Amino acid sequence: MTSGQTRQHRPRAARKRPAEPVTITYREAMRAAIREALQRDDRVFLMGEDVGRYGGCFAVSLGLLEEFGPERIRDTPLSESAFVGAGIGAAMGGMRPIVEIMTVNFSLLALDQIMNNAATLRHMSGGQVGVPLVIRMTTGAGRQLAAQHSHSLEGWFAHIPGLKILAPATLEDARGMLWTALADPDPVLIFEHGSLYNVSGTLPADAGPVGIDRAAIRRPGRDVTLISYGGTLGKALAAADRLAGDGIEAEVIDLRTLRPLDDAAIIDSVSRTHRVVLADEGWRSGSLAAEVSARITEQAFYQLDAPVQRVCGAEVPIPYARHLEQAALPQPETIAAAARAVVG
Amino acid sequence: MTRSGTGDAAHQLDLLRDMMAIRQFEERCAELYSAGEIRGFVHLYSGEEAVAVGVSQALTADDSVVSTYREHGHALVRGLPLDAVMAEMYGKATGCSGGRGGSMHLFDAGRRFYGGNAIVGGGLPLAVGLALADKMRGISRVTACFFGDGAVAEGEFHESMNLAALWNLPVLFCCENNRYAMGTALERSHSQPNLALRAASYGMPAWPVDGMDVLAVERSAGLAAEAVRSGGGPHFLELRTYRFRAHSMYDPELYRDKAEVERWRERDPITALADRMRADGEVSDAQITVIEAELTAALDAAVAAARDAPVEPVESLTSNVYAPGAV
Ligand SMILES: Cc1ncc(C[n+]2csc(CCOP(=O)(O)OP(=O)(O)O)c2C)c(N)n1
Ligand SMILES: [Mg+2]
Repeated sequence: MTSGQTRQHRPRAARKRPAEPVTITYREAMRAAIREALQRDDRVFLMGEDVGRYGGCFAVSLGLLEEFGPERIRDTPLSESAFVGAGIGAAMGGMRPIVEIMTVNFSLLALDQIMNNAATLRHMSGGQVGVPLVIRMTTGAGRQLAAQHSHSLEGWFAHIPGLKILAPATLEDARGMLWTALADPDPVLIFEHGSLYNVSGTLPADAGPVGIDRAAIRRPGRDVTLISYGGTLGKALAAADRLAGDGIEAEVIDLRTLRPLDDAAIIDSVSRTHRVVLADEGWRSGSLAAEVSARITEQAFYQLDAPVQRVCGAEVPIPYARHLEQAALPQPETIAAAARAVVG
Repeated sequence: MTRSGTGDAAHQLDLLRDMMAIRQFEERCAELYSAGEIRGFVHLYSGEEAVAVGVSQALTADDSVVSTYREHGHALVRGLPLDAVMAEMYGKATGCSGGRGGSMHLFDAGRRFYGGNAIVGGGLPLAVGLALADKMRGISRVTACFFGDGAVAEGEFHESMNLAALWNLPVLFCCENNRYAMGTALERSHSQPNLALRAASYGMPAWPVDGMDVLAVERSAGLAAEAVRSGGGPHFLELRTYRFRAHSMYDPELYRDKAEVERWRERDPITALADRMRADGEVSDAQITVIEAELTAALDAAVAAARDAPVEPVESLTSNVYAPGAV
């Protein structure tokens, strides 16, 4: 493919929008973010399997090929290691790629590139070579896709120094995190929970970039802190509703950024509520929830009135059968039960 | 296992019946999916039946099979019981994978059917390993490995080709080239779309086969499997075929023309064989109607049994993660 066009590395102005709030799905918010990035910066391009002609395996990029052409909405062969590696190289070479991996399960074929190249090049080169790359992928269970399509591995990636890990759980973050991630000089991985794409709500018409360095309190409360992120946030909020019915006021924290973690927000909340329940779809052993729990014990042990509780994915590859899959995942009721137990 | 010559009318009737059985199963799955009775990702094989049925003629019950997420046809022709396969679609305890796997992960170790693998290219190294074990243990056996045209772009494909050829392993690589990897056409994802040529570059015999003609598939698979079995090392068949339906039940098919699908439907492998047999006076419409009715009755019974079958109790959620008694 040849383009004939010369790239101008000059940001363009964002489109003008009407002032009223707009009704939008998570999928559309993500698409709007990609479109805005493509409009604002000629160095940005989207690359991945079926992002173009097919319209994206979860229809996030539907219509963008027609709008931006095959150079910037670039379909790749089934070659995760090669196209993620190429994204790393293109970022080193002055572009600002958004690489889409269909799901986190297939990111494992590119793990070598992500871990051994993207995360290490700056350090190995003594600071000479940066990798300003964004990798987006779907994560999570809940759609009966069984053990090779359902796992939540963002906690693994959050283990790796050199990467930043985002988990947009709200429409605002789906709309706003991408641009900030692209502006970051280092590799940023964005995990989109598959159950969120059809969630719909309203956003201010001028919604735009958001910060990616702070956790958010999604519901204030004083009796117990529920900490979650991504696809589990909705379940934690549902649990908080149930707890309110029992007269328990739960504070719900959305981690938003899994690496680096916003310790201050976590410790501040725990210091007010003195009780904490962590909800995480990842497996309990060696999980992100384990990391957060350790930080709370290290930094706020004397603030705790009860042991930290975790509601995590069961220690089993995700089963196909619906009742087993649901039993393997955190649920509003199991989160609420853990909260009731610590409130006592 | 049928190894009779392709000219044999009774044998051809078997081939026809096997292909019809797969087609009926797939079309029933589409209905059940639309009705919300089965879930997950379901990838149908309609149009590609000649590949599974033709290749299976070259395999014995002692050979091994590794497949993909589009494996209903491979599983049925391998002899997995219809009831167990259908129950798996329903996520029932009586399913061939106990309800843990679903459509993409049909398994039957007793029949040496090593799955339904839903990572594109993921089965190739497994097939190489199974064949390595056979070779090291002095067992004469063929491992047939099915995968799509899309898998040829994966590193695992190339690494597996090289290992299999380097170590002269008994693998029959069966590339089901249906011209698309999800929505990406062959020419849009391969710099060299002649896939047999790619395999040949690893030093193994490789050739294209008309995958819409079950007799042609049977002939080529027979030759290749024979050579693999007698120590000739890995062989590669590029089976040129087409999927009549969407990639999976979620696919709006924005990437191909209806006219293209119609053109390929004219080469329907089942109609093609039936027409040929009818012309030779080897089958009558009445016979075909009887076969269809028998297959429908068997499917009805399998669906009824699957609906009534028990699910696994939630208490055993974490079973089958380690060997029984190991933890
Ligand atoms: C490693 C990996 N990447 C992406 C996917 C998503 N995916 C599933 S099937 C498929 C297309 C595969 O095409 P092909 O190999 O030609 O097989 P076909 O579906 O045509 O039978 C894709 C992209 C996957 N399952 N695994
Ligand atoms: Mg294909």
